[in-house]
Amino acid sequence: MSKKLIIYIILTVGTILSLLPFYWMIATSLKTPIEAVQFPPTWYPTHPRPENYTEAWRTAPFGRYFLNTVFIALTTLVGVIITSALAAYAFARMEFKGREVLFTVFLGMMMVPMPVYIVPGYLILASFKWVDTYYALIIPWTVNVFSIFLLRQHFRIIPKALYDAATVDGCSELGFLWKIAMPLSKPAIATISIFSLLASWNSFIWPLVMTNRDTIRPVQVGLAYFIQEQSTNYTLLSAASTFVILPVVILFFFFQRQIIESHMKSGIKE
Amino acid sequence: MNIPKGEMEKKNSFIRPILYLLPAIIIIAVFRFLPILYVMRVSLYKWGIGGAERLVGFGNYLRAFSDSYFWQSLTNTIWYVIFIVPLCIFFSLLIALLLNSKIRALGFYRTTFFLPVVTSIVAISMIWKWVYHPKIGLANYILTLLRIPPQGWLSEWRGIFEIMTGRDLPSLLAGPSLALLSIVIMMIWKSIGYNMVIFLAGLQNIPRHYYEAAQVDGAGRFAVFKNITWPLLSSTTFYVLIMTTIISFQVFAPVWLMTGPPAGGPLGTTNVLVYYLYDTAFNYSSYGYASALSMILFLIILTLTIVQRRMVESRVYYE
Repeated sequence: MSKKLIIYIILTVGTILSLLPFYWMIATSLKTPIEAVQFPPTWYPTHPRPENYTEAWRTAPFGRYFLNTVFIALTTLVGVIITSALAAYAFARMEFKGREVLFTVFLGMMMVPMPVYIVPGYLILASFKWVDTYYALIIPWTVNVFSIFLLRQHFRIIPKALYDAATVDGCSELGFLWKIAMPLSKPAIATISIFSLLASWNSFIWPLVMTNRDTIRPVQVGLAYFIQEQSTNYTLLSAASTFVILPVVILFFFFQRQIIESHMKSGIKE
Repeated sequence: MNIPKGEMEKKNSFIRPILYLLPAIIIIAVFRFLPILYVMRVSLYKWGIGGAERLVGFGNYLRAFSDSYFWQSLTNTIWYVIFIVPLCIFFSLLIALLLNSKIRALGFYRTTFFLPVVTSIVAISMIWKWVYHPKIGLANYILTLLRIPPQGWLSEWRGIFEIMTGRDLPSLLAGPSLALLSIVIMMIWKSIGYNMVIFLAGLQNIPRHYYEAAQVDGAGRFAVFKNITWPLLSSTTFYVLIMTTIISFQVFAPVWLMTGPPAGGPLGTTNVLVYYLYDTAFNYSSYGYASALSMILFLIILTLTIVQRRMVESRVYYE
């Protein structure tokens, strides 16, 4: 009995430590600039000032940053799903010379760490004149080897009888992929979408290197420069950080089971 | 799992698969494969803002060996890895074990511990920088409540062993700066949730009858952990160990966001490998040297990955 109590105490302390920084951000975002810099600090805003949010939103073009990120995230996702579905289908259900070798090469690309790409990626994209364009932020990320791998696993276990029945009814190969194989792989597509959207929303180092103009910047880079410019204005910084993480936090609470389980599976499959 | 041969298309044996693979192949060739060849090539040149200036062979690599900033960044990165990996494994395994002991509100705890994983590093770095504020931060306030002297956190360049012993130590004995350790603490907080769910998955894969047998034998909690859980969890632990090491070698964002600009923190004590290569390329336009640094990073991580693959392949899987 007392052992259970100790477990709950440790977990509750852990929960508090997990949430405290978030609480502190929200509390600061609602304080007046004077109250925010008081020491000892106040645990909650005594005169809540929600105007910090509108002020932060107006100080930098956050509307534009959000639109950029939404656009980049959605187009990247569409690209990832199309390229992964086609490639996974070829790897899973077509026989051709060099299939295994090619698949191994694809998987090998997963071993290259992302930071290795920033210098050559920048030089190559600069030679394409793609720096400071959406292309630089979208096209290189429209293929994801992990997604190909995941869909291939799903496509491989679709029974042959289904394919035969569909072709007898005059269904083309592409039609089979789109109308039968894809709907049967919904869990994989959900996992792919979650990872792709989260990665796009939170991506930082690549867009940091590839953008110089405000009009093209996604929200994380916009926020990073906002933080640099307003370095000591902690009420505005907290308000801006709050609304930047809000969409992900809302999505997380709605889909937390799927999100956590996707991460679980991705870990085991490696 | 074998695919029945009959369903494979035989008539157009080559054209069709190539058409299906073409989009992926083009993108991978141009944006994954080409950059690796390119970074190797650029690393052999003195390469500035206007492109290649002259071939220097392995000059850029030799330069790294005699560059004290490079060694500092490598040392800092290694300190970072040495501190974050075991601490991260300890805390995430502890929480996973507690969550696995038939408690109520499992979903609630799992969700709160996972929340930092999905939130952006930019916002999180901002909050923690504010929490670490040397004069009015929450961290120092909590320390004063506990009657511990306030610390300089992100602006503290002294090594943590120097701070603990209160005397000057030679640089290797001094340990990582408190500034770097502050980043470690934040990143542990951010990644516990991820490793915790991996451990939870591993724990749930341990067959129940082992525990039932142990219960019959009257084994204590610690004996059960030592003789059943820990050995049967070893492949999960190893996976977390290698993945955390690989990811930690690539740390960049918190350094840029919390202790820069201009450069990796107080006296360069948070200057890590990726930050240094970023700085070399994008603040000094030394693309050749930055490419050599990228290759060094690549080789380090490649070695770790190969070690991992070897170890995993030599293991037997139980389903």
